[in-house]
Amino acid sequence: MTVMTQETQTDETVLIPKRLAKARPLLDPSIVRRALKDSLLKLNPVTLAKNPVIFAVEIGAAVTSVLLIRDAIRGESGLGFPFQIAVWLWFTVLFANFAEAMAEARGKAQADSLRKTRTDSMARRVLSGGTTELLPASKLRAGDLVECQAGEIVPGDGDVVEGIATVDESVITGESAPVIRESGGDRSAVTGGTKVLSDHITVRITSNPGETFLDRMISLVEGAERQKTPNEIALNILISGLTLIFLLAVVTLQPFAVYSVAAAGAGHVPTVAVLVALLVCLIPTTIGGLLSAIGIAGMDRVMQHNVLAMSGRAVEASGDVNTLLLDKTGTITLGNRQAVELIPVEGVTEIEMANAAQLSSLADETPEGRSVVVLVKEKYGLRSREIAEQHARFVPFSAYTRMSGVDIDGRRLRKGATEAIANFVQQEGGSVPASFLDISDRIARAGGTPLAVADGGRLLGVIHLKDIVKGGMRQRIAQLRAMGIRSVMITGDNPLTAAAIASEAGVDDFLAQATPKDKLEFIKREQGEGRLVAMTGDGTNDAPALAQADVGLAMNTGTTAAKEAGNMVDLDSNPTKLIEVVAIGKQLLITRGALTTFSIANDVAKYFAIIPAMFAATYPALDRLNIMRLHSSESAVLAAVIFNALIIIALVPLALRGVKYQPRDAAGLLRRNLLVYGVGGLLAPFPGIWVLDRLLAILKLA
Amino acid sequence: MTSYGVFQVLLYFAVIAALTKPVGAFLAKVYDGERTFLHPVLRPVERLIYRLGGVRENENQRWTQYAGSLVAFSLVSFLFVYAFERLQGLLPLNPQHFGAGQVSPDLAFDTAVSFLSNTNWQSYSGESTFSYLVQMAALAVQNFVSGAAGVAVAIAMVRGFARQQAHSIGNFWVDLTRGVLYVFLPLSLLGALVLCSQGVIQNFHAYEKVKTIEGGRQVIPQGPVASQEAIKMVGTNGGGFFNANSAHPYENPTPVTNFLEIVMIFLIPAGLTYTFGRMVGDPRQGWALFAAMSILFLAGVFVAYPAEQAGNPILAKLGIETAPTNLQPGGNMEGKEVRFGIASSALFAVVTTDASCGAVNSMHDSYTPLGGLAPLFNIQLGEVVFGGTGAGLYGMLLFAILAVFIAGLMVGRTPEYIGKKIEQKEVKMAMLALISTAASVLVFAGISAVVHFSQGGYFNPPGPAIANLGNRGPHGFSELLYAYSSAAGNNGSAFAGINTNTPWFNLSMGFGMLIGRFLFIIPLLAAAGSLAAKKRVPATSGTFPTHGGLFTGLLIGTVIIVGALTFFPALALGPIVEHFLMHEGRLFSGLLTGAWS
Amino acid sequence: MWRQIVPAFRITAIFTILTGLIYPALVTAVCQAFFPFQANGSLIRSGGAVIGSTLIGQNFHRPEYLQPRPSAAGNDGYDPTASGGSNLGPTNPKLIERVRAAAAQFRHDNPEATGPLPADLLTTSASGLDPDLSPESALLQAGRIAGARQAPVAAVRELIEKHITGRAAGLLGEPRVNVIETNLDLDRQFPKH
Repeated sequence: MTVMTQETQTDETVLIPKRLAKARPLLDPSIVRRALKDSLLKLNPVTLAKNPVIFAVEIGAAVTSVLLIRDAIRGESGLGFPFQIAVWLWFTVLFANFAEAMAEARGKAQADSLRKTRTDSMARRVLSGGTTELLPASKLRAGDLVECQAGEIVPGDGDVVEGIATVDESVITGESAPVIRESGGDRSAVTGGTKVLSDHITVRITSNPGETFLDRMISLVEGAERQKTPNEIALNILISGLTLIFLLAVVTLQPFAVYSVAAAGAGHVPTVAVLVALLVCLIPTTIGGLLSAIGIAGMDRVMQHNVLAMSGRAVEASGDVNTLLLDKTGTITLGNRQAVELIPVEGVTEIEMANAAQLSSLADETPEGRSVVVLVKEKYGLRSREIAEQHARFVPFSAYTRMSGVDIDGRRLRKGATEAIANFVQQEGGSVPASFLDISDRIARAGGTPLAVADGGRLLGVIHLKDIVKGGMRQRIAQLRAMGIRSVMITGDNPLTAAAIASEAGVDDFLAQATPKDKLEFIKREQGEGRLVAMTGDGTNDAPALAQADVGLAMNTGTTAAKEAGNMVDLDSNPTKLIEVVAIGKQLLITRGALTTFSIANDVAKYFAIIPAMFAATYPALDRLNIMRLHSSESAVLAAVIFNALIIIALVPLALRGVKYQPRDAAGLLRRNLLVYGVGGLLAPFPGIWVLDRLLAILKLA
Repeated sequence: MTSYGVFQVLLYFAVIAALTKPVGAFLAKVYDGERTFLHPVLRPVERLIYRLGGVRENENQRWTQYAGSLVAFSLVSFLFVYAFERLQGLLPLNPQHFGAGQVSPDLAFDTAVSFLSNTNWQSYSGESTFSYLVQMAALAVQNFVSGAAGVAVAIAMVRGFARQQAHSIGNFWVDLTRGVLYVFLPLSLLGALVLCSQGVIQNFHAYEKVKTIEGGRQVIPQGPVASQEAIKMVGTNGGGFFNANSAHPYENPTPVTNFLEIVMIFLIPAGLTYTFGRMVGDPRQGWALFAAMSILFLAGVFVAYPAEQAGNPILAKLGIETAPTNLQPGGNMEGKEVRFGIASSALFAVVTTDASCGAVNSMHDSYTPLGGLAPLFNIQLGEVVFGGTGAGLYGMLLFAILAVFIAGLMVGRTPEYIGKKIEQKEVKMAMLALISTAASVLVFAGISAVVHFSQGGYFNPPGPAIANLGNRGPHGFSELLYAYSSAAGNNGSAFAGINTNTPWFNLSMGFGMLIGRFLFIIPLLAAAGSLAAKKRVPATSGTFPTHGGLFTGLLIGTVIIVGALTFFPALALGPIVEHFLMHEGRLFSGLLTGAWS
Repeated sequence: MWRQIVPAFRITAIFTILTGLIYPALVTAVCQAFFPFQANGSLIRSGGAVIGSTLIGQNFHRPEYLQPRPSAAGNDGYDPTASGGSNLGPTNPKLIERVRAAAAQFRHDNPEATGPLPADLLTTSASGLDPDLSPESALLQAGRIAGARQAPVAAVRELIEKHITGRAAGLLGEPRVNVIETNLDLDRQFPKH
C-alpha cells in the first residue's frame, strides 16, 4: 500500500482515471485475457446453476462427454462425430461464460484503477477537548469529527461542519478544476479520497469503514453487489420456461423416434449426442449466455457517462420513466438570468437609468448583477467605474428587503423586486408612475424577471432579466415527448414567468412557485396515476422528493442527504444528464428484448437443419424439409451446433455496447427492432448454417 | 376449391364478424351486472338461485377464493356425473336399460372429467352407452356449467386488466350463474328450437325398430338430442349425443343446421373479444385480438380446405375423381357427409379445433395429412383462435402477455399490456400454464408410443398402447398425438380410429384433461389477481401499442412460433412426413414389432 | 376451497334441475307441439310400420335400387346403433384396398361407368348413416336401375334429377340426392313386377 501511495503522489496524472470508465476499446487485450481465464473458472456447476439455460448446456456437454469416453473405452468406431459435438457443446458453455466474464472484467479493470487511488491516509480526529489525535483513516466511524488542511486527503465521506476550502475531486469526477466546499448549505459534502487544496475544514464523517462512496463505487463497478433486476428475473423465468419446454420436446422425441423407426422399419433412434445437440440448439442459449453481460454492460454505460447508479434496478427504472421533473435553473435554462433590456418609465432617459443601474450593480457579485454591468457597458458604452473612488456605502441584498443597492453622494440607489422597490419609493416620498406596472407585467409575461431601479423617491425604470434557455433544449424535450416522456419544469418563479419559459423550452407542463413540499406532492400525485417519475436535485430540501421519485439523480456537488436519497449520483453535476440516463435505461431493455427475440427466432432454421437430419434414414422423405440442402446428417447437426455457439460470441460486442437506440415513439422502435431482430433472427441462421455446413464438408469433418 | 366453398367460408366469417359486437356488448352488460332485456324474466330466477345456493351476490373474491370456488365446483360436478353414470341402471329415462356394465369405473372417470373440463372427449358411443337421463341431467348440465365457468375465468382475467389496485376479481358463483342464465340458456333454447325445426330429434322414445325397404332390420336411436345439441355447440363442448357427433343426421341434418352449428361455436368466443375491449375501456384492444384470431382462422381454413379438396393421390390413381364438379364434390370424401361436402367439412374441422369445441361433422382421422394437420396444430396452438367459451380469450391473453413481454422490451420499457406492467408473476404464471399443457401432451404421448402392457391385462387389454391405434405408420402416430393434444387442449375431437376405452387411456387422458384445464386456469387466475392489484399506467407514445396491426402480427407470430417450436418434432413424425409419403404412394400396414422392446 | 363445497353442492343441484331437467323438458314440449315430425325422427311409415327415416341412410343391395355410399357403421353398414366413420387414414392399405374393391364392384355392376368415379360413391361417410349421394353418383346408377326395373333410362334419370336437392339458399352445403326418398319414388313410379 505504501508503494502505491508513493506512486499516487509521484505520478498522479497517470493513475487518476479521467473519467470513471475510460472509453476502453471493446476488446482490450488485457481484459480479454482476464475474461478468458474467468470463463474457465465459471465452468464450476455450482455457480453456473444460477443460469439455468447455460447450466442445461453444461449438463448436456457432460453427458455427451461421458458417453463418448465410455464408447472410446469400449473401442467403438465412428466417434469423430460425437467428439466434435461434445467439443462444440463445451465451447457453447465457454462462450456464454466468456460473455459474462468480459462484462465483469471491464468492470473489474475500472475497479482496479479506482482502487489504486484509494490511499490509506491518516486522519486527524478531533477529540472532545478540542485536541486532535492521529489515526488511520480506516479506523474512522460515522459521527467522528476530523480536521483537514491544505494538501491533505479527506479521510472519509462526510459533511463540512466548519470552514471553507477548495477541494480537488478529480479522483471521483475526473474534473480537474477544484470545487468549493463549505459548511452549511448545499455544498457541504466531501468525499473520501479527495484532496483539500486550500484552507482548512472540519468534517463530520458520515460513513463507516468500507462503506465510503469510493468503496461503494468499487464494489458497484466490480459487480460484486450486482443483484438481478426484476425485469432480468422475469426474463430469466421466461427463458428457463422455454428451456423446460424444449427439454420436453427433445426428451419425448426419443420415444416418438422409437415408434417411427419401428413404423418405417428403417433407420435408428437418434443418439444421445444428437438429441443433446438438438436441445442445445433450441434452448435460448444466445440470450441465456448474454443476459447478465447485458445488465453489467448497461451499468457500465451509465458509468461511462460519469453517473453512478446505486443499483441496476434504478437504471432499468429510468427506461420506464413517464414524467421527468426538470429544474428550470441550470437544467432548462443557463444557470443565470441575464439583463437584456433597460426600460425607463416616462420622463427618464435611458442613459440616466443605465447610469443608476450600473451604480446599483457594481457591488452586486451575483451573475444577474454582473449581467447588468455588462449590458450597460455594451449597449450604452458606460465603462465600469472604480468603486473605491465613489465614497459609496453598499447595501447588500437581503431576503427581508428583497433589494440591494448603494448609497452614494447622498443618492440612495436601489435595485430589486418590483414590489419592494415600489414600497421603497413610496417610503422615500415618491410616487409610482402608472406605466411602471405595465412594463413589469409585460416583462413577466414574456418570461422575464422585472428588476426595478429607483433613485430615492424617484422610480427610474425596470431592468428586463431574462432566462436563457439552453441551446438544443427544445429539440431534446421534443425527443422526450416522442419517447412518450412528459417533461415538467420546476421553478420558483411565478406562474406567469414560468409559463413563458415553459413554452419557450417546449416542456409539457410546469410547476411554478414550487416549494420542496410541492415537488413531493407532485411526484406522489403522478405516481398515484401510475406514472414513474425521475428528477434531479442537489439540496437537502430536495432529499424527500429525490427519495420519493422512482429515479432520483443527485448532483455530486449536492449535500450528502441528497446523495443518500437519490438512487444515482451524477459526478459531473450536470442535471441535463437525466435525459441520457433515460436513454441508457431504454437501451438496456431494448438490448435484452432484441436478443431474446433473436434467440427464439433462430430456432426455426435449426429445426429445418436437424429434424430432417435426425430421421434421414428412417424417413428419407423428410429430406424435403432440408431446405438448406445440407451436405449430410452429421454435417447438418454439427453446423447447427457450431452456429449456435458462434452466434453467442458474435453478439458479445452487441451485448456490451447495447443495440442502437434512437429516441422515437414506441411503435416506430418496435417496427424497426422486430424487423432487425425478429425477422433477421428468423433468416440469419439459414445462410449461417449453410456456410458452416459447406466448410465442414470441404474440411471433411463431417 | 370451389367458388361456392370459398364463398361459404367468407360468408361464415362475415356473420361472425357482424355478431361480435352485439354479442360482446351483451356479455359485458351481463357480467357487469347491468340490466339487459332478459332481466324482467330472469332476474328473479337469478336471485332465487343465490338464495337457494347460499351465494352472497355482492361478495367479491380474491383470486385464490375464485379459483377455490371453481375447483370445489368442479370436484362436486365430478361426483355428480360419476354417480349418475355408474348408477344409471337404477335411474329413470333409460329405455334401452343401460347399466353399469356399459360404464366401467375408468370410463366413468374419464367421461366425468371430460365433461366437467369442457373437453367432451368420448371414449364411448353415446347411443350404446348412456341413458337419456345421464345424457341430459349429467353430461349436458356440464356442457352448460363448464362453458359458463370458462367464460367466468375469462371475465375474471379481463377484470385483472380493467381493475386498478383491486384485491378481487369478481365472484365465481355470480359469474357462473349469470353465464348460465342470461347467456347459455337463452341461446340454447333458441338454438334447440331452430335445430329441431330442421330435423334434429327431441323425444324420450325408445329406439325405433325399423324394417327397411329392402327388408333388412335397423334400430334407430332416439332421444332428447336438440336440447343437448344446442348447448354442445354454444358452450363449445362438442360431446355428441351419438358417436358420429355432428356428422350424425339426427344431430346435424342439413347444410343450414351445419352453418348454424358453426356459428354457435364461435358466437360467444368471438363476442368475448369485444367484451374484453369494452371492459378495459378500449374496444380497439378487443378488435386487435379479433383480428389476430381471424387471420389464424382463415389461415387454418385455407390450409385444410385445399388439402382436402386436392384429395388422396393414391386414390386418384385408382380412377377416383378428385376435382369437384357441380354434380359431385371430388376431393377426399372418406369420412365426410355428402350434404356437407369438402368445404363445409373442412370449415367445421377448423372451427371446432380453433375453438375447444371438438364436435365434428367429418372424421378427422380420414383427412389427408395436411388437412388433419390443420386441426391438430390448431389444438396445439392452445385453441386461441376464438377458442372455447372463455378459454379462447384467456388463452389468447396468455399469448398477449408473452408477446408483449418478449418483444415489448424492444420499445425500451418494462412491458405493459392494457396499462398493466408485465412482470415476474405474470411471466411465471403464463409459462407455468404453457409448460403444463405442453408437458401433458408430450409426456403422455411419449409414454404411449413405447409403453407395453401385458396383453389381456387390466391397464390395456390389447397389450402395448400402440396396439389401440386404428392406423399404422405416421398416421397412427398422429392419432396418438391428436388424442393427447385434444385432451390437454380440452378439445374433445379425435383422430377417432384410436381405441381409448381402456383404463390406460381413460386414466392418462383424464389426467391430461385435468392438467389442461386446471393447471392452465389456476395460474391465469393468479396472474389476474396480480394484474388487478396493479395500477394502470397511462398510455403514451412511448407505450407499446397493442391495438394496431403491428401488435396483431406480433401476436400471431408468438402463437405460431411457440406452438411450432414445441410441437414441430412431433408433427414432423406425424402429419408432415405422412404428407410426403402419401405423395410417394407409401402405405403402412401390419402390426408394429419391436417398437417397445 | 373447502368452505366453497357447500355452495358447490347447492349450485350443482340447482343447475342439474334447471339445465338438466327443466330445460330439456321445455324444449321437448315446444318441439313436440310445433315440430312433431322432425322431433320424432322424420320417420317414414308404410302401413303403420316404420320403414325408415328420411335422414338415416339404409342399406340397398339390389340392383333396382339406388345404392348408397359404403358405410362403416356396424358390421354390415348403416347400423344406427353404431354410427361412425371408418377412421382409415389416407396411407392405410385397408382404405386403398376397400376403395379399389368398391370401384371394381361398381364398374362391374354399372358397365357404362367408364370414367373416373365420384369420390363420395366409393368412400364411407362420417356417420355411416349418410342418407345422400352426390347427383353424379346417383345418376351413374340410372342405367343399372332402369335395366333392373325394365324402365327407360331417361325416365329414371329424370326421376333422380327430380330428387336433387340444391345447395341451401343456393349457397350452403352440396347438391345431393336422398337415397331413401328416391328409392321410394322409384318403387312408386317404376314398380318391379
